[in-house]
Amino acid sequence: MLANFFLYIVQGISITIGVTLVALPAGLLLGLGFALINTYGGPWLKRLSAAYSLLMRGVPPIVLLFILYFILSGNVVNLTPFWAGSIALGIISSAYQMEILRGALLSIGGGQMTAARAVGMTRLQSIQHIILPQALRIAIPPWSNEASIVLKDSSLVYALGVPEVLRRAQQLSATTQQPMLAFGAAALIYFVLVFLVNRGLDALAEKTKLPTQTA
Amino acid sequence: MDSPILQAKNLTKIYGQNVIFQDISLDVNRGETIVVIGPSGTGKSTLLRCINLLTPINSGQIFLNGKEITAPEASEDKVRQQVGMVFQNFLLFNHLTALDNVMIGLSKVKKLPKAQAREKALYELNRVGLSDRADHYPGQLSGGQQQRVGIARALAMDPSVMLFDEPTSALDPELIGEVLGVMEILAREHMTMLVVTHEMGFAREVANRIVFMEKGSIVEQGSPNDLFYHPQHERTREFLWKITELYGKKDEEE
Repeated sequence: MLANFFLYIVQGISITIGVTLVALPAGLLLGLGFALINTYGGPWLKRLSAAYSLLMRGVPPIVLLFILYFILSGNVVNLTPFWAGSIALGIISSAYQMEILRGALLSIGGGQMTAARAVGMTRLQSIQHIILPQALRIAIPPWSNEASIVLKDSSLVYALGVPEVLRRAQQLSATTQQPMLAFGAAALIYFVLVFLVNRGLDALAEKTKLPTQTA
Repeated sequence: MDSPILQAKNLTKIYGQNVIFQDISLDVNRGETIVVIGPSGTGKSTLLRCINLLTPINSGQIFLNGKEITAPEASEDKVRQQVGMVFQNFLLFNHLTALDNVMIGLSKVKKLPKAQAREKALYELNRVGLSDRADHYPGQLSGGQQQRVGIARALAMDPSVMLFDEPTSALDPELIGEVLGVMEILAREHMTMLVVTHEMGFAREVANRIVFMEKGSIVEQGSPNDLFYHPQHERTREFLWKITELYGKKDEEE
């Protein structure tokens, strides 16, 4: 009985991970695009990307989730709750990831671009081969933070009825009258997942760290 | 008679209201080492950046190997492949080893096959005496070593002209010699070089011609001998007096 209870919640992990694996990379791709536009684009592209960031960071994730699912889905595009939720979280996250990457790009400084151009690289080549490899390294620690936020925010898709960890915990709590056990199990699962993600990214940061004189 | 490899005609650069330099003309002949001296803020570094098209000029023309590189149809990226640049603060690519710093232009810009690019890069590193540091990252190198990698990176592209923008100004005194030593060898190999520096010893011994710039224009140019011992202009005399005062008087007495 108890085994079944936990098994039911644990089965939601794959969906929780699934939502995160859609939202996080989608946010990274979008965020990187907007960060590049904002850093290297003309004045209009800068304004456009800044406005996007401002708007998406100003809307609660759950509101965008509802907009995407209840308003757009069915009328404009057909989205399952899973996809509507994952995409909404990805869009919100893209604004935060844009700010993380923008800061990383700016911290590399104009000198590296100048040196790359002086060797004869185009702007695009300079960004691809010189700026990005350095900026992405710098971005790993703050990105790790964003990754755990998205992982935890994936619980919001429960509001659309997607049977991920929190949704299942809620159902069990209602049917078994054991809220402490149900939500406690959910909390533990989230904690372990976040812990693993952070540890993994710490290891990545350490592995990609550039050697210095003392190292 | 060879025509100049690099020819600047009536260059003017203005930032907002500030005239950085005005109506500068300069011919650089093949194999010549020209040292540009002058007070800070005179536009020497900006001049180099303009020649490399890293900074656009407001008016004037620049010719490289007889072709106008300031023409609207000229490709900036192609031009920069032919002009090597060495920076005051080295500007090595921090995420790449010394070898990869020298290789990246060869493989990404010149599109050489990897083995060939590697061989050429090793040759250039050897030229600056750093083949034993090939797999070190910039963070693991001293300033002098970093600058020599910077020189190797520029040399690897087989440029027609090398521009040096105060290459030793950011170095500790004991590291200056190794960089100047490499530059001296290049000069002796008849690399065409345009060097902005405050190293008067280098200017006197290595330069074929010294150009004295002040307040955005060329005041005087000539052989080291003419400039150091028979300057035509009071301002040249004053500047040289000040700078020899600063960098040790004993040369003066010889």
